[in-house]
This record gives sequence, C-alpha cells and structure tokens, in this order.
Amino acid sequence: MDATLDLFGAASPDGAWTVGEVTRQARAVLEAGLGPLWVRGEVSGFRAWHSGHWYFALRDRTAQIRCVMFQKDNRRLPASPADGMQVFVFGRPTLWEEKGEFRLTVLELLSTERGGLWQLAFEKAKAALQKDGLLDPARKRPLPLYPGRIAVVTSKDGAALRDIIAVTRRRWPVAELFVIPTKVQGDGAEDAICGALALLGRIDRLDVAIVGRGGGSREDLWTFNSERVARGVAAVPVPVISAVGHETDVTLCDLVADHRAPTPSAAAEAATPDQGDVTAELNHLGARLARGLGLRSERVTQRLDRTLDRLGGAATLRLERQRHRLSAVSGRLDALSPLRILERGYALVRDAEGRVLKRVAQLAPGLAFRLRVTDGEVAARVTDS
Amino acid sequence: MAEEASFTRQLERLEEIVRRLEAEDLDLDQALKLFEEGVERLRLARERLAAAEAKVKQVLSEHAGKLRVEDFDG
Repeated sequence: MDATLDLFGAASPDGAWTVGEVTRQARAVLEAGLGPLWVRGEVSGFRAWHSGHWYFALRDRTAQIRCVMFQKDNRRLPASPADGMQVFVFGRPTLWEEKGEFRLTVLELLSTERGGLWQLAFEKAKAALQKDGLLDPARKRPLPLYPGRIAVVTSKDGAALRDIIAVTRRRWPVAELFVIPTKVQGDGAEDAICGALALLGRIDRLDVAIVGRGGGSREDLWTFNSERVARGVAAVPVPVISAVGHETDVTLCDLVADHRAPTPSAAAEAATPDQGDVTAELNHLGARLARGLGLRSERVTQRLDRTLDRLGGAATLRLERQRHRLSAVSGRLDALSPLRILERGYALVRDAEGRVLKRVAQLAPGLAFRLRVTDGEVAARVTDS
Repeated sequence: MAEEASFTRQLERLEEIVRRLEAEDLDLDQALKLFEEGVERLRLARERLAAAEAKVKQVLSEHAGKLRVEDFDG
C-alpha cells in the first residue's frame, strides 16, 4: 500500500465513511496500483449504445471483468467484436464510482481470430452489398472507347495522380482530366471520398472515372473497404475504374467498380485508347471512304494501299513518324476529293435545295441555281435553254 | 458541327458514312455530300489528335454546393 495515501483522513466525526468516500479512495488505490495493461479473454454480453460507446465483459473460465470502450477509441476499429470472440484488449483498470463496479476502460482491442476484426467487417459489408445486388456482374458497364473527359478521385499529392496524368498524356491527350482531390486514408477519409464521388455526377459530359490510390499497408487501404465508399462507387452515373494499389487484397471498391485495375497506371491505360491505334483506325476509315466513293483510279488506290501497308507494319514505330506518314495519306486522300476536281476548273451545278443538276431537262429557262466553283459558290440563272 | 462533337460521335458518324458509301446505291449528289462530310470529319479528328495536350483541371466543391473548376497546377 502506498504510504502517501491518507486512508483515514476522510473519515467523518462519527467514525463511519460515506459510500462516495470509500469508492473514491478505492478507485485511487486501484488506479495507483494497476497501470494500463494487456488482457486476453473472451467477449461476452457485447452491447453498443446509441452514444457509440461499447459495453461488454471479458471473461475466462474463472472470472470476468466489465469493460467499456468509448466511442473516441472504438471508432478506429472496422467492426465491433462478437460474443464468444477471443480478443486482446489494452485497458486501464478503474472503479466506476456510481455503480461501485470494477471495470476496464479499453483503449485498444485486437481480435485473435483469423483476419480479425478487419476480415469480419469486410465479410459483413460484402454480404450487405451482395444482398442489394451491387456485386452482380451484370451491373458492370463497358468502358468508353474514346473518352473526352476522365475524372480522377485520389489524393492530390500522391504518385497515383502523377502516374495517371503521365499515362493519359502519352496515350490519349485528347482527353481532359478532372481531378477531384480527396484524403484517402486516416480520419475523415471515408467522408472525403464519399463527398468526392458524389461530385462526379455533376461534371458535365463525363465519360469515365478512376478512383484509387497508390499502394499502402492493409490498414491504409481500409477506406476502400468501407461499405459507404463502395455504395458511393456504385452510385456514380458513369463507368468507374477502381485502382487501389494492392496486389493481393481485393477491396470492396474493386468489387463494386465496373473495372478493376491493379495500379493507377493500369487504370489510366484501361480508360484510354492508344493514339497510335486511333491514328491507324482513322487511316483505315480514310481508305474505305475513298474506295467507297468509287473514285478509285487504279493508280491512286495502289498508292494509298502501299501507304496503308507501310502504316500497318509501323505500329511499333515512334509516333512522330506515324504522324508524318499520316499527313502523306491525308494529302493523297484530298486528291480524291471533288473539291480538287473543282480546282481544275470544273463546276458543280446545284438547285436551291442542294440537289445536283445534271441534265438539260433539269435546267428550265429562268431557273435560279447555284454554281459551286473551287473557292466558293455563286448564284446563277438560266437565260435560255 | 464537328468541333464540339465528341471524338466517339465523330468516329461513329465516320463509320456510318463509310458503311453507307460502301453498301448503299447512292446517287452522285448524295455520295459527294457524304464523302465531303467524311473528309471533313477525318480532318477534324486528325487535327484534334495532333493538337491534343491532355488538359488537367481540378474540381472543388464550394459551400453553396456549386462546383468550381480550375487549372490543376500539380
């Protein structure tokens, strides 16, 4: 017993203690004699109050201790423990004076079961999402082929954002990137991500969204296993690519998203076409356009085909060279255009509705028509037939 | 037309034009019009590809619930 405690100083003149005095003194003795410690035991009679505080007992075969874990301490945990679960708690032994009850104020709680509370929380949330049909593969939407606007929900300062910007610049600079900066881990991250996801629906003409972060520890990634975040992802009106940089763990966000990418760079690749491929596609369409018009003299077509053949084998060449060749194709294509024919002095005769007039019978005396020459159009009239 | 149209729509229309030119029995007038439109759309698509620079913007939510979009400096 600590000699500095004045156990008898509080006694009243009639020699008896008040209840309050005893409990107060007992609490002081207890707290001075037993510092914070780790305790192992089984959870029993668990109850979460509206206040957010948790009450339960910890027991083994011979004894039990009443425990309280306040909201400020338990809110960092992904789930509440279930009765019968084996846990380690770190707590401060104390005496609750109002009830005269010995108890442990729990500061930390770890489950010893496989995967612990994290796994439990994950399975619970997953079951809830499943029940609402949010994990149904039929929900997954195809990604757009040529996105004009791509939104990115991630941390403003992370490597993830830098990678996404770099890949998009290289592959598909046609796109505009809309960054919605958000906290991705720690206190408040869940709210921040949900808020950012809610903004996506308000970006005009948005085609696709990337949600994610670079790699991190399992606990760092936990925000992406939040049921609220997963529901936020499911509610985004455009296809979502999830990029939570972790190779082994699949997050709820991954499961709900329309597409899962292993890294932010891979997400940007999934979101964009490669501009070299698109150039080749344009060349192909250009060739079909020329052929389709039926204006193919053998010579021009052969020349076009040769160019296209070279382009076909050039997929691996550097972009600059592709662009150079592309402009060569463009030039040849333009040579096929009727506008070039007009350049040589021909004119196109059209009526007011734009129909081509090809026969004398169509050109009655006095008829007003339009003449398309190489640099523009003039109004004309038939004076005599 | 085209400058404001999305790349996707541009390409879809181009494909449609090519299909019609290949498959339909069009008179010269219609064929010319389609061809000219196709050449123009092709030119715009190429220009867009050549001039593209992947603009990056930042979206912020203001108190009144309005969105503010500004250039991203990161």
